[in-house]
Amino acid sequence: MASVTLQDVRKVYAGGVEAVKGVSLDIPNGSFTVLLGPSGCGKSTLLRMIAGLEAITSGTVSIAGKVVNEVEPAERDIAMVFQNYALYPHMSVYDNMAYGLRNRGTAKEEIEKRVAEAAKLLAIGDFLKRKPRELSGGQRQRVAMGRAIVREPQAFLFDEPLSNLDAKLRVQMRIEIRRLHNRLKATSIFVTHDQIEAMTMADSIVVMNGGRVEQTGAPNHVYRFPATRFVATFIGSPAMNLLPGRIAGPGEAEIAGGGRIAFDPNAFDVTPGREVEIGIRPEDLRLAGSGEGALTFKKDFAEELGATRLFHGTVGEGAVVVALSGPAPAGDSFGLSAAPDAVHLFDPASGDSLRRA
Amino acid sequence: MVERRRFGDVIPHLILLIGIAIVAFPVYLCFVGSTLDQATIANGQMGLTPGPLFFETYWRTLFVGTSGTTREPVATMMFNSFVMALVIALGKIAISIISSYAVVYFKFPFRMAAFWMIFVTLMLPVEVRIYPTYKIAADLNLLNSYAGLTLPLIASATATLFFRQFFMTIPDELIEASKLDGAGPFRFFKDTVLPLSRTNIAALFVILFIYGWNQYLWPILITTHDDMQTIVIGIKKMIVTADALTEWNVVMATAMLAMLPPVAVVVLMQRWFVKGLVETEK
Repeated sequence: MASVTLQDVRKVYAGGVEAVKGVSLDIPNGSFTVLLGPSGCGKSTLLRMIAGLEAITSGTVSIAGKVVNEVEPAERDIAMVFQNYALYPHMSVYDNMAYGLRNRGTAKEEIEKRVAEAAKLLAIGDFLKRKPRELSGGQRQRVAMGRAIVREPQAFLFDEPLSNLDAKLRVQMRIEIRRLHNRLKATSIFVTHDQIEAMTMADSIVVMNGGRVEQTGAPNHVYRFPATRFVATFIGSPAMNLLPGRIAGPGEAEIAGGGRIAFDPNAFDVTPGREVEIGIRPEDLRLAGSGEGALTFKKDFAEELGATRLFHGTVGEGAVVVALSGPAPAGDSFGLSAAPDAVHLFDPASGDSLRRA
Repeated sequence: MVERRRFGDVIPHLILLIGIAIVAFPVYLCFVGSTLDQATIANGQMGLTPGPLFFETYWRTLFVGTSGTTREPVATMMFNSFVMALVIALGKIAISIISSYAVVYFKFPFRMAAFWMIFVTLMLPVEVRIYPTYKIAADLNLLNSYAGLTLPLIASATATLFFRQFFMTIPDELIEASKLDGAGPFRFFKDTVLPLSRTNIAALFVILFIYGWNQYLWPILITTHDDMQTIVIGIKKMIVTADALTEWNVVMATAMLAMLPPVAVVVLMQRWFVKGLVETEK
């Protein structure tokens, strides 16, 4: 196992499109790092550059301290799990797993031992003689992981491996991948556009947008202290509410046309009168009695989720979603409040968080 | 879906039966002719029931040959035809699968130019370039040889296009997975592309074998020795202008024999066709 280090990595395609605009990352040995971002943000390109499937325009990729820019994919000692599994359709499950080892000239007994171990670990021992087409999506996924595991590589790369599975299986596989990681302690880089996958699986999330890294950190940190408006709205479901406003006084912000809300004055570097964007997560809003300095919420419609209800409506001029549990409040309009430390402030122009470093 | 009506099946079946009759009746007539003696056919007394001379005619056709026209027995001709068809089919498949692999998977200067040059040869079948091709074959001393019979017919744009289209449906991830598994271009070809092309190769083999078997113009030019004749040419040579001399029963038997190998190839390979259609492994 090894660490993976990226130093100012850029990728410019032949057509002049800049897919990755200078990314520096340090992925420590044994960590599970998730590259998260919307489609086209460069996360897959980045992963493919680490794998060696995509040429690096500038910058360096190092695995275990060694620069591998010019090293062939097979010699980088990494294994990759593809979105569509990329199993060899004409080979049995056993051969799919053994193929890479055979090409490397591993001894037959060693191959048998490793495949047997991986098959046991992934509970696919019964299918070793079958062809991939005779397996279900989840089983193919396991075979694809088995093929990676038997190689005992320096790092595992996952390119959206769960997106072809149905919702239930996806939840199950994501737990299994994480459990597997806890057991093998292998450096893993996992690409996804699903923030729930990222939150649940990662030791460290790298949020990417437009070819750049927006923020890197532990899931909880990224969720609680988003560094930019993009991260704030991308992580968390439903997305964080953003309302235009300005600073009314120390620890108090005024939402345009919607009342005032308190924030933690020590956390933000702002002066009264400054235009800001106020961010509050739907789950941080709660019902408030009138006269508590509450925001007035005008309900539009509600979505029933079982444990919670989502209320869609407006506060002042801005659209707001509120997640509430417990009995539904009566009437079409009710008061809302939020804890001061749940209020985020962003610069309206740059989108950067105004939080003190 | 196909509509199901009570009398709806009758008309399609009728049409099919008529079609089969149109195709099969001459073949049957040919078979009947091959079991009669020469005089009966020549006198126009041929009926619709097979005669008594089945074994005699076929024995003579296969191993003796006709008296005056082609001095070689049909067994030799069949062997020549078989070699020609087989070499053409296998040669075309081998060359075109390799050239498509190069065009699809490798980036080299003038790659598209190479592809278009192959494509353009579609417009240049043997019939069009017959004189220069004959000249080259003659200069290379290829007349009256299997090499001369087969080599000029092997280069094939059709098969190259066919494999190219198929290769482009193989997902890129398979190549990438192979790269990560340490398989170079040769291993990827041998371990992945070739096995995945099995059913396509089988389908193409059937088509190309029949193409090779049915060759007429080229063999007639390139072979002058009797022992290099193919069966298609043999049939032609057996039919002499003076009608009375034509041994029609032998001609018919040869025609029947000439049909057998292509039919056998189709029948034997049919299983693969179906397999290729049913299996969607990609």
